[in-house]
Amino acid sequence: MSEGQQPPRTGEPERAEPETAEATEASERPVTSGAESVARALERTDVETLFGVQGGAIMPVYDALYDSPLDHVTMAHEQGAAHAADAFGIVSGEPGICLATSGPGATNLVTGLADASMDSDPLVALTGQVPSTMVGTDAFQETDTTGVTNPVTKENYFAGDADSVGDTVGEAFALADAGRQGPTLVDLPKDITTGSTDSEPAAGTTPETYDPPERADSEAVETAAGVLARADKPVILAGGGVIKGEACAELREFATEYGIPVVTTMPAVGAFPEDHELAMEMAGMHGTGYANMAITHCDAMFAVGTRFDDRLTGGVETFAPEAEIIHADIDAAEISKNVAADYPLLGEASVVIEQVHGAMADERAADMAATGERFQEWVEQCQQWQTDYPMDYPMDEDDPLKPQFVVETVDTATDDDTIVTTGVGQHQMWAVQYWTYTEPRTWVSSHGLGTMGYGLPSAIGARFAADDDQSVVCFDGDGSFLMTLQELAVAVRENLDITVFILNNEAVGMVRQWQDSFHGGRRMASEYPWVPDFAALAEAFGARGFRMEGHDEVADVIEDALAYDGPSVVDAFIDPTEDVYPMVPSGGANGQFVLAEEQL
Amino acid sequence: MTEGLQGPAPEERPQPSGRRNAQGIRIDPEMEAVHDPRRTALSALVQNEPGVLAKISGLVSRRQFNIESLTVGTTTNPETSRVTLVIEEPEPGIRQVEKQLEKLVNVISVRELGDDAIRRELVVLKVHGEEPDKVNAITDMYGGETLDAGPRTITVQITGDEQKIDDAIDAFRQFGIRELARTGQTALARGEEWTTHAEEERYERTQVRQ
Ligand SMILES: Cc1ncc(C[n+]2csc(CCOP(=O)(O)OP(=O)(O)O)c2C)c(N)n1
Repeated sequence: MSEGQQPPRTGEPERAEPETAEATEASERPVTSGAESVARALERTDVETLFGVQGGAIMPVYDALYDSPLDHVTMAHEQGAAHAADAFGIVSGEPGICLATSGPGATNLVTGLADASMDSDPLVALTGQVPSTMVGTDAFQETDTTGVTNPVTKENYFAGDADSVGDTVGEAFALADAGRQGPTLVDLPKDITTGSTDSEPAAGTTPETYDPPERADSEAVETAAGVLARADKPVILAGGGVIKGEACAELREFATEYGIPVVTTMPAVGAFPEDHELAMEMAGMHGTGYANMAITHCDAMFAVGTRFDDRLTGGVETFAPEAEIIHADIDAAEISKNVAADYPLLGEASVVIEQVHGAMADERAADMAATGERFQEWVEQCQQWQTDYPMDYPMDEDDPLKPQFVVETVDTATDDDTIVTTGVGQHQMWAVQYWTYTEPRTWVSSHGLGTMGYGLPSAIGARFAADDDQSVVCFDGDGSFLMTLQELAVAVRENLDITVFILNNEAVGMVRQWQDSFHGGRRMASEYPWVPDFAALAEAFGARGFRMEGHDEVADVIEDALAYDGPSVVDAFIDPTEDVYPMVPSGGANGQFVLAEEQL
Repeated sequence: MTEGLQGPAPEERPQPSGRRNAQGIRIDPEMEAVHDPRRTALSALVQNEPGVLAKISGLVSRRQFNIESLTVGTTTNPETSRVTLVIEEPEPGIRQVEKQLEKLVNVISVRELGDDAIRRELVVLKVHGEEPDKVNAITDMYGGETLDAGPRTITVQITGDEQKIDDAIDAFRQFGIRELARTGQTALARGEEWTTHAEEERYERTQVRQ
């Protein structure tokens, strides 16, 4: 029976809050159906929060969750569920879990899956499916979910029987977390989840054929360490894999002991403290001038856990053109995919950094009469570039509000462990450029896919994964916020303490900037003079709304918004002409970043 | 009032003279490293599970690898199938296909076949039947077999390496080819060499047990 034919509901049944004692009991209830087995597999993980939206084909799973101690957060849209689970995964390090029904529910997850896939975020999606007997008939709400999600998942499964479905979910979870993390999906036909079984799912393990390397070949490590030791101008390029692979401590130790400057990619922001003297911060299209100078002029690059995205490299012809590249990655397919690696090191980031660290010590004993000052001249050069190309913005008190100033002031007003999430556009770049990140897993953004609308749902997911005393703020654009703002309803219902700063320029600003720069100022479809009153809108949802206009209001409004215990939205009317610089035009040379439109 | 971004303009900055080629390979001025496309066969041992072929072909198509043929069939082990892919790519591309395939969870082992590998292809072709004797002569010449002969059409099969199939097709053109179907290459490593490592390991495991 389709959902449409079901009798109208007379009232919502009261869901009894499971008490702790009952909850434990509940998780020991016997498995009687595929859906119960799925619920049990989820209970076996360390994750306690699920994000999803109900629907006909997933209903048996929800029914099984009714008795489960797991906490389910109903989102307004499945895209929101996927982004929330994705952010949960980034902040906690454990795969986030999202659920959706078949057809439209599943297709609504696709953007979130693609986002997680591009950024190697651990995520498990469970989708309902029409009964297996009806698969392929274009049944009501049927979509070939495994087909549609093939290119955007690390692995996906079509559950074949009730006895093994719990194991499959366990495997999907283990796989999402193992090696190079990523999204997995299990499609759950309704007859499988309703099918009877008493099969208790085993503890989830990865399949035998999946065998990511742990330690790099020691000979290769020695050679690579020799290259680094003998270099005059080495840099470490930390990619997202450093955070995903829990290698930040190893990175910090290694870089500081040898005095090697550290450049990060955008997903690695927070891997190395940006207030450290060796920190060159983020490189690439909107990276700092000094990071881009450092990678352009280095003679050896120790790249860890990066896939050399084109937003980082610019044109590959001019990327670190004179550097010998040591590339450490857990995914062999990343080696020499975009930039050829002279010295590939396959293994886990934390292990490989330690291996190289150890081998450097041997090198040093052998032929470097060296100390931490070995690279001093180069470090001074890098610091000179920091002086030459400071991250600064022009600001007069009477100017319209500068977005950079808003970001800096929120940074000052909050603790170091505050989590920042963003949408995609200019505001995202200001949020990464003008905030000083010092801790991993505090920067949550959509890097590889660049998904507008990521900000609010990811703030919700981050809130669930964050410690209670950790703040969560979201910098969003008016355009990005409009894409998923319905999730405010969820933030209000769950009374989540998050603060959204909309850097409102009444435009899809990043597009406007490119049109001004590359299309002769023809602002086709990029100006939004019709954006709603976001503060009033927030109030309509039951959140607190604030407006922010002049520079003199900034500190007070920030204080009030942060002080509010619940979701608040600050509509910050920023200078609509403000652009993001420095900028490496796409496909250009990193060292040729421009500082203003005239230099393009 | 603060200053804003500053520093030497792009053209005033020092620029390194080195460069990479379009494949991201650092160019040693002594030794230009540019790789021309090369045609080769990869053999992949995969788990016999629904959807595996879709995953492989999806991977190949979305990464825009230049694929010439793809064949698939089961092996002696009912749990596995062998996929043979013929691709034409520059060196880094070949390694990429190999590594991307290896990344698929259902793929057990992938290996590029050497030049001496045994490669075979089958073509079934249907020509006009006006000159049956001549058709027979060509079929014999290529060691083929006649599968169907009627007053108007003759259908034959030829097996052999790719070059032989190409030549045979050329030879049959004189009769007017109505239709043809080629299977694409399937191949095994020559002699004692194993086609994929996984098969060698499995063989050794099962030998020990016996
Ligand atoms: C879903 C989606 N659609 C379109 C784009 C293309 N795009 C990239 S940045 C951008 C502008 C974003 O505008 P806004 O959110 O207002 O932020 P701003 O740049 O103004 O800070 C657009 C449209 C995108 N990244 N994602």
